[in-house]
Formats: sequence, structure tokens, C-alpha cells
Amino acid sequence: MVLTVQDVTKAFSGADGDVPVLRGVSLSLERGETLALTGESGSGKSTLLHLIGGLDTVDSGAIQVAGREITTMTDSERAALRRSDVGVIFQQFNLIPSLTVEANIAFQARLAGTYDSDHATRLAGALGLTEHLSKYPEALSGGQQQRVAIARTLTAQPKLVLADEPTGNLDEATASEVLSQMLRLVRDTGAALLMVTHSQTVARRMERHVHLSQGHVV
Amino acid sequence: MIWTILTALLSHWRRNGLQFFALISGLALATALWSGVQAINAEARASYDAAAATLGEGQFDQLLPRAGEVIDQSVYIALRRAGWQVSPVLEGRFETETGRVRIVGLDPLTAPGSIAPVGMQEDATLDDFLTRGVLFAGPDMAARLDGAVTQRVVVDPSVAPGVALTDIGVAQTLLDAEGQLSRLIVAPLQPMGIQPLATTAPDLVRQVAQDAGADRLTDSFHLNLTAFGLLSFAVGIFIVHGTISLAFEQRRGMVRTMRALGVPLSSLIWLMIAELVLFALVAGAIGVALGYVIAAVLLPNVAATLQGLYGASVAGTLQLRAEWWLSGIAIAVLGTGLAASGALWKIAKMPLLSSARPRAWAVASGVTALRLGAVAGVLFVLGLGIALFGEGLTLGFVLLACLLIGAALILPLLLRGAVTLADRQAHSAMWQWFWADTRQQVPGMSLALMALLLATATNVGVSTMVSSFRVTFVDFLDQRLAPELFIRIEDAGESPDLEAFLIANAREVLPLLSVETEIAGVPTDLFGVRVGPTYRENWLFLADTPDVWDRVEEGEATVVSEQLARRAGLWTGDPVVIAPDLTLPIAAIVADYGNPLGQALISEELFRGLYPDVVPLSFGVRTNDPAQVRARLTDDYGLPEAAITDQSRIKAFSLEVFERTFTVTGALNVLTLAVAAFAILMSLLTLASIRVPQLAPAWALGLTRRSLGRLELLRAVVLAMVTTVLAIPLGLLLAWVLLSYVNVEAFGWKLPMYLFPGHYALLTLFALMAAALAALWPAIRLSRTPPSELLKVFANDR
Repeated sequence: MVLTVQDVTKAFSGADGDVPVLRGVSLSLERGETLALTGESGSGKSTLLHLIGGLDTVDSGAIQVAGREITTMTDSERAALRRSDVGVIFQQFNLIPSLTVEANIAFQARLAGTYDSDHATRLAGALGLTEHLSKYPEALSGGQQQRVAIARTLTAQPKLVLADEPTGNLDEATASEVLSQMLRLVRDTGAALLMVTHSQTVARRMERHVHLSQGHVV
Repeated sequence: MIWTILTALLSHWRRNGLQFFALISGLALATALWSGVQAINAEARASYDAAAATLGEGQFDQLLPRAGEVIDQSVYIALRRAGWQVSPVLEGRFETETGRVRIVGLDPLTAPGSIAPVGMQEDATLDDFLTRGVLFAGPDMAARLDGAVTQRVVVDPSVAPGVALTDIGVAQTLLDAEGQLSRLIVAPLQPMGIQPLATTAPDLVRQVAQDAGADRLTDSFHLNLTAFGLLSFAVGIFIVHGTISLAFEQRRGMVRTMRALGVPLSSLIWLMIAELVLFALVAGAIGVALGYVIAAVLLPNVAATLQGLYGASVAGTLQLRAEWWLSGIAIAVLGTGLAASGALWKIAKMPLLSSARPRAWAVASGVTALRLGAVAGVLFVLGLGIALFGEGLTLGFVLLACLLIGAALILPLLLRGAVTLADRQAHSAMWQWFWADTRQQVPGMSLALMALLLATATNVGVSTMVSSFRVTFVDFLDQRLAPELFIRIEDAGESPDLEAFLIANAREVLPLLSVETEIAGVPTDLFGVRVGPTYRENWLFLADTPDVWDRVEEGEATVVSEQLARRAGLWTGDPVVIAPDLTLPIAAIVADYGNPLGQALISEELFRGLYPDVVPLSFGVRTNDPAQVRARLTDDYGLPEAAITDQSRIKAFSLEVFERTFTVTGALNVLTLAVAAFAILMSLLTLASIRVPQLAPAWALGLTRRSLGRLELLRAVVLAMVTTVLAIPLGLLLAWVLLSYVNVEAFGWKLPMYLFPGHYALLTLFALMAAALAALWPAIRLSRTPPSELLKVFANDR
């Protein structure tokens, strides 16, 4: 099992006291499996994704990634987990603007110490980025930037890929193309994919589908 | 991993070259001004130390002749026989073809241990020093002596500037002063039960060590320079702070991404610190090199100032001293740390999931401006407290700091207020937009405008002080140099004849009768004056009582200098002990600018009674026809031309010394203002990148790019004008503190303050031109922004 989430709760403090976002969520994901996490705005999808990625901490419950319990990890240990076992793809791409496309693609793998230039070149080619490698992100379209983000994540060869609305900023045709490429490459690497999305069309292309409503899995 | 993170961090600067240039150049300029001043100070201190080490100046008590300038060698022998541990010194000017050298003769066998005349290098032994005759001098003086003396000249850089050291016997021969001494150095330990000085050598007076006069003056001169250097550094640090803040705000997104990808926060912070330390070292090294150039250019003027005003010798050439270049590098690192600490703190505290969009990077907006204003208020109250109740030079500088920092902090609030007022007067939509947009720009430009405020205020303050000093000094010279001719003779026996000749040929003759003594614990020159029309008509008093000159003439009162009065805590009406049997009330206080010693005037008759052996060797001559008197003196009396100096030459020389004094501060003024203009340029250029989204809507609604460029220029000039207008009263306040507080504490005299509206108007114009020039390039760049760039603002995928 690459991911196990057990009875996780999370609340944020608001003007009227604590607002519960997740109320005992449990789910699991096996190696190579793809899962769509859907739900209305405020249902806790992104919060759950952040907790799994170690970007935030749970109030209660347990999360195991690649067999390791992350809720008891320190900040540094969670950072190390993100470098080696987890890859996160954001809706806003989050590329480093001052690095070239090539350096952006290599960045996470270099951090993890797993950089393989042949693998990176293959991924760039598969995503249609070869001719853009020396450019800076600002010179690319949104779809191209998201492809760079996908390549960056997959170059590091994580066991678990977390994607937060990765095609949310793209037009329908581009979104469909980027999604196809991402699914194909994730399957090739054997990683598990958990994708947060609003789109039922996107969700249908995943192997499993979990819907969150008011902090519960329904 | 470390290299990957560092590469990503450094890539920001590579992609934002202008920001990097602003950071490095701001820091380098700040360090340059600071280390330039430190280099000058270090050089001067090294010269003082060399003087103290080689000549015993200030270290030991000394015995000086009560009257005249020489001690007979027999007096020295008598003192030694009586058990006094004293060592003779003879000093004098030795003329060579290439200039004068101050010859100092010492007796190494009796000199106190810590006076190390020379390093005894180049196989010059004590035997050489004593028997064959060797002179030790720095490279400059050694070159002057080359060929001018028969003795061997050994180059020793540790010898004080302007001096050549030799054995006392050699000095007596060179100076044609056989059997004569200038002073006697008193060893700190004296045998028990020796006869008192008054018995053995009644004609000598003992001057205690650490005669503070010149020390205090030179110290305060250096303190002033240091304060100026620090202020210039602060102006430069504003640039650095602004650049780092902007860069770190722009890197928020990068930081968030890197952390999301697994970079530990601690590694990120440490590498950012390492990155900044690296930049600080590079910029510091550039700054130190620039500082060296500044110091090398300014040092000759500083040396002339210290020599001319305070009699302190400083080498006119600069050496690379570890103490100042290390301090330059250190302050560059510290300054960077100070400028970056806030930005680093924000990054350290930024939640991982916070918005990556750069926030306004400005120091002050809304509530922050109010908060800074409140801090400024506290500083002003503190400053007022110091002005009313504080004492001491350090508190004087704290007062200056309160004023300047307070003014800088309150500036954003005042600018917002001024722009809001202008906004209320605007009627057209374009001007309403202009003022609203200007208000939005105030936070972003605050740091640069603070730099301009400080630079302009310092310029107003220092130039007011200098110009007030100049006006006062010229009046003072008119008062003190009233005689048309001055005559100096060497032979005391000639004095009565010359005086009689002068009385027969001149309107009024003023013999210069003086001794060095101590009055009320202050080393003082006591003068005997022939009260006449010159004193009555020309001398102005800072404080006086009725019939001053009548009472002085009658021997019923004395006139003392402001320095003596302030240091001794005396004022008009107070009695002061002039000599053991003579106590006189103070009839008036006179200014005596630039003199580290006190000064007291009594009537000629009283003086001659106290010091019957003192013979005037100098005379001031009042005449309606100086040329005729001069001709008679040379032709009829046979006085050499060199013995006569006319007033205009002395006045010109004094003014020249004075002008050189302030060349240094003038140069620093210009440099500081240039740094402020640079700060404006850098702010505008770095702000330009985030201005596009603010300007694009105005362009879309019908303003041409050219109009936008013009309005940008106008905005910079308007903000600079408001800042300069605020800087003038601040500068005047600064001048008041310098003249009425710092000057009294540092130098012992107070200067009247004069206003120079023409200069302020010129300075305002200069500041506006500097701001306009700084804004010109960004405005041109804006007017040439391609429409495609402006359109990107409206694109969804931006």
C-alpha cells in the first residue's frame, strides 16, 4: 500500500471559532493505482491532499506514505519525504521563474539525489518540451508550464503523485491532452496518483473515484 | 541538495540583473563612504600614535620655559644634579631647498623608556645615534633632508609625519642652538625628596600630561567625520534594504515551491544567509577599494585641516591598514544583515501554504505608516528631552540620531498626507487617478525618499554650520587681524629699539606679550595687551560688563576666551586667579575659534609686573600707509623683508586653511546626495517591473504610453519636492544642534547661526534635478513599453 489515510480530522480557526474541514476521512491507494478526489468547494479535497503531502499537519488520525507514518514526523522529515517519495503538481504550476525549463524539470530529482538525465530527456520529449528546454517559464503557455510541472514531478520518480486540479487553469482541449500524457507517464513509472478535481470528465478517467462532502467520504 | 538550492536562489539574481546591481552597488557605495572616512581616521590616529610614541607628546609631564621659547642647558644640568629625572628635547624648523623639516633632538640615554625614538634599523646603532650623527625620518622628510645635511639619514616609516629625529647634540648643531633646549620631559617616577621645581628652576612651568586641548579637538573632528560616514552608510543601506525586501517578496513563490518540493526551511534560510554574506563580501571589497580612493583624495585636505586648525600632524599619504579595511568588510556584512533581517524573518515565518503572490514590499502603508509615525513621535520627545536636559558629546549625537531617524520614519505619513491634500484639489479624472496612483507609490518609494530626506537635511545642516562658521570666522579674523602689519624678530635685545621706531612711525603699536600658563586648571595663553583704539573698536564680546577696556587698562579686570570660561565653569563677573598674587574679575568673554588653549587678557602693565623678563618679539602695527611703514622698516631700520607680514597675507592663509577644512565635508555632502539620487533611480527601476499591472488599466482607458511616462517623471519630482521641502527645516534643526549643542560639547564654543536662503533654494533645485534625472530613464522605459506587455495584464494565463 503506497498510501493509507485513517480517520483524519482537520479544523481551521475562523472568526466564529474552529471550522472542521475533515471529519474522520479514511482511504487507501495501492502502487500504480489512480484515484480522483472530487467534492464541492470547501469540502476538504485540497486540505486532504496537503495533509497527505506533509504540507500541513493533521489534528487527529494517521497517514502512512510508502509505509511510513507521517503524522509524527518533524518538518525536516516531512520535507525529506516530499523530496524522495511524494511529488506534488499544483494548479498554479509553481515553477521557479528564474530557472530554465530544463533546470526546473531537473530540480526536484536533483534535490532527491535521483536525477537521471536520460529519464528527464525522455520525459521532456514525451511531453513535447524538447524545443523549450532553454526557455524560461514566462515564455511558455499555461499548458506548456503545466507539462513542465508534470515532468519535474515524474523526473524525481516518486512513489506517490499528488495533483491539485492540474488542468484547472487550462482550456478543455489542452486539459484533455495534458491529462492523457500525465496518466500515461504515471502508469509508466508505476507511481500511484491521487488527483483532486472538480471535473467529472477528469474523474471518470481515473481508476477509482472518492467523493468528499462536508468533510466526509461519501 | 545544497548546490541545487543555491543555484535556484542565485538564478533569481541572474534573471534580475538590475536588482543585483542595485544591491551590490548600494552596499558598495555605503561601504565606500564609511570605509573612506575610517581610512582617514585610521591614518590620522596612526600619525598621533607615532607622534606620541616618538616624541612623548601627551604621554609625560613636561617642563616648559615660563617666558620665551628656550631653556638654557645649564637649567637642565641643575635639575639632573638635583635628582630630577628629566630628559631634554630641542625642536626647531630646518629649512631645506625642498621645504621645512621639524627637527626633534632627543637624548636616548635619559628619555623615558616608552619613548622609542626609532626602530634602530638599517644597522644604525645607539653608538651611531650618539656619536656619528644619524637622522631618522619618514620617507617624505628623508627625501627633503637628502643632501641638505651631512649626517646619515635613515628612513623609518614609524617616525611621526613631518619630523626628523636625531640626537640632541646633532639637533643643536643643525638648528644653530648650542646650549639651548625647548622642553624637558619628566619621567613618571621621580626620586623621593627632590627639591621642588620652584627652587631648582623657577623659570620653568610644569605642563601635565594629557593636555586635553588638541586631543579633544582632533577627537571631535574624527567623531564628526565618523558620524558623517555612518550617515552616508545609512543612506546606502536604505538602497540595500529596499532591494533585498523587493527581491525577497518576489521570491516568496519560489520559496513556497521549493519547500513544497522538499527543501527544509532551515536549509533555505541558511543558504539565503550564505548568499547574502557572499554578496556582502563582494560588495564590501568593492566598497573598501572605492573608500580607499575617496580617502586618498580627501586625506591631503584633512591633513591640512588638522595641521592648520589644531596643529596635529597627519601624514598626507594613505596606507592600507587592516583596521579600516576589515572594519569596511565587517560593516558591509553587518549592514546587509541589518537590511535583510526583516525579510529573512518574514520568510522564516511564512506559512508553507501562504499565498505566493508578492505583497506590497513597501515599508509603509496605512497602518504601518501610522505605526512608524508613532515611533518617530517617541524619538522626537526623547530628542527634546536631551536638548533640554542632556549633557555630553555622545548625547549630542544621540540627539542628532533621534532627529534624523524620527524624521525618516515620519516621512511616509507626511507624504501620504501631502498627496491626500493634493488629491482633494484634483477635479479631472486623470489627476484624480494620478494622485491616487501616487499615494499607492509612496510605500514603494519610501526608502529612497527617506535617503533623499537624510541626504538633503544633512546637506542643509552641514552647509548652514559651515557657512555660519565662515561668516563668524571672517568677522573674527577682522577683529583679530586688525593691525595692517605684523612684525616678528628673533633677537630679544632688538625689541626695545624696534618698538621705539614703530611708535615713531605708526598710528598704534601693539606688542605681543604672552606666556603659557594654567588658569583655573586650564592650559592658557596669558596676554598682556596695550589697550587702545584697536581693542576698543574691533573686539566684540560674547558676554560683557560695562567699561570692559577701561577696567582692563586700569588692571581691575581680565577678558577670557569662551573655551576657558566654559571649561572652567566661569562667566562674566566671576573672579579668576591669574597668578598666585593676582585675582581679577572677568569683565568679558571673547570668542577664540580654533584654539585648543584657553586665552586670558590683562593689561600690559600688570603683565610686565608679573613677567618682567618677557620681551615682545612680535608686534602688530596700525597705520594708514602700510607700504610706507614697510619701506621705512626695511630701508631705514634695516629689518629683513621676511620679518614683516601684512594682514592680508595672514588673513588669506587663515581663510585657506579654513576652506580646506570643509572641503572634506563638502565632498561628503555631494557624495551622500549622489547616493540618494542613486537610491531613487534604483527604486524606480526595480518598481517598474511591478508597475505594469497598475498602469495597464490607465493605458487601456485612454492614456498614451508617452503620457504615462511623463506622469511617472512628474510623480518622482513631486515626491522629491515634498521631501526636500520637509528636509530644509530638518536640516536647520540639525544645524542648530551642531552649532549650539555639539559644538559646545566638542570644542567649547558656541557659534551664531545664520540662514542662507539662496543656498537652500539651489540645493532644492539640485535635489529636484537629481530626482528628475533618476526618474528619466524609468519614465522613458515605461513610455516605450510594448503594448503586448501591457496586454498581458489582461490575459487569463498571466
